[in-house]
Amino acid sequence: MVEMNNVSMVYESSGTEALDRVSFSIEEGEFVFLVGPSGSGKTTLMKLITGEVRPKSGKIIVNDFDMRKIKRRKLPKVRRTLGVIFQDYRLIENMNVYDNVAFAMRVVGARRREIRERVPYVLELVGLDGREKRMPNELSGGEQQRVAIARALVNNPRMIVADEPTGNLDPARSLELMLLFEKINDMGTTIVVVTHEKELVNALGKRVIAIDNGRVISDGKGGYFNYEIE
Amino acid sequence: MRLNRSGYLIREGFRSIGTHSFMSFATVTIIMACLIIMGSVTLLSLNIDRLIKSLENQNEVVAFVDETYTEDSARALQGSIEGIDNISSVEFITRGQAFDNFMENYSSDLSEGLDDQVLRDRYVIHLTDIARMAETKSALESIEGIAKVKAHLDYAKTFITIRNVVSVVSLALIAMLVFVSIFIMSNTIKLATFGRREEIAIMKMVGASNGFIRLPFVVEGLVLGILGGGLGFLAEWGIYELLTKKVVNSVAGSFLAVIPFEQIALPMFIAYMGIGVIIGAFGGVNAIRNYLDV
Repeated sequence: MVEMNNVSMVYESSGTEALDRVSFSIEEGEFVFLVGPSGSGKTTLMKLITGEVRPKSGKIIVNDFDMRKIKRRKLPKVRRTLGVIFQDYRLIENMNVYDNVAFAMRVVGARRREIRERVPYVLELVGLDGREKRMPNELSGGEQQRVAIARALVNNPRMIVADEPTGNLDPARSLELMLLFEKINDMGTTIVVVTHEKELVNALGKRVIAIDNGRVISDGKGGYFNYEIE
Repeated sequence: MRLNRSGYLIREGFRSIGTHSFMSFATVTIIMACLIIMGSVTLLSLNIDRLIKSLENQNEVVAFVDETYTEDSARALQGSIEGIDNISSVEFITRGQAFDNFMENYSSDLSEGLDDQVLRDRYVIHLTDIARMAETKSALESIEGIAKVKAHLDYAKTFITIRNVVSVVSLALIAMLVFVSIFIMSNTIKLATFGRREEIAIMKMVGASNGFIRLPFVVEGLVLGILGGGLGFLAEWGIYELLTKKVVNSVAGSFLAVIPFEQIALPMFIAYMGIGVIIGAFGGVNAIRNYLDV
């Protein structure tokens, strides 16, 4: 699913060394939390998985694609096997809930009938049935994040990667969201969540990979958040 | 790309014009304004060129026939003159007519005691291209029976210089305006798409190919370009008609013959639509190029 082997990454524009010989692998169907302080390299790891940046050295395999060698025009193929979720939801403001989700299916060339069947199903799964016609600015933060999850989920991706998905939500909504991720994971989708929420991470008891100064400092499968964030 | 997907992307392009109505309006207005400025300078230079050409045509060449020739044998030379390349019109004037013209233009004292046969039969000749006046003069002089040819080579040179200067200045001005207009138009389209970089980033993240992202922008650019070109053409037509009516009705206008718009409407329309389409489509593609590299 994800295999990182001695991955190092330097941002050429600033010369910053973001990752230093990082190695780990995430298997199909796993639920993994990626934790670490600001500037530790978590977001760079996310960007490497989605193909936004390329490593200086090392090997990265994401859903069977070699991310170091992949041609730029082939990147959409990798991204269609992923569902990406951001802290700021990133919904298209002038599209309603239904269209924001259907849009991801149109991108991959799905037929109208498929879209009409799949979108209501996914919206119901994330608890947004009946809100299809609402515009993003008419929804709460938690609801907007659910739309983003529905959009990430609608193409049946092999893996969902979420960058601080609860960053703008209150604790109750954050827990609801994590339980939703757990439900999706139970259906077979791999989940990778970057987060700061210590209580949430420990409450769910999943695998935790901790990063600091661009290096993996712990990889605990017991689900205990044993790294103290500054 | 499947047909239903292309249909969706084309619809998206049209929908986007409505959802970003202010920027669409700004883009069409800028394209229109730039085309009107370019078109006006082109029309002005075309009219100046025509004016110079009409003045050039008034610069005639006179070929005098040998005085030993009878009127009939003098008339017989017309065929040889017309056979010369670069001759646009030939008019035969008998020595009697020439004398009458002289009498009309000068005081009768000057002609007192003169025989009306003192002048020569002649041909008044207009040329197609006065730049070739010297060469045509030589050709006329080589015709047997032509005694002398009077041609104002100095005038011709002045006209040619004026025409060349006007052509160069007009071309430079039009080229400059085209460059400035393309710059303004592509920046307006860039500005219009700047607000949509987030939308493009989302498209990329959900796995949209560059072609999928580009097509609605190309459709949008094409529609706005066609609208700008079409409206610009109509506005130019209106402005030109209004101005030419004013010029024709003025005192100076009685000496000027402006080009009727109908005569140049088709090439102008093609140019306006062509520039509109090219600017729109390339502007759309170029504006989002930087956002696609994610």
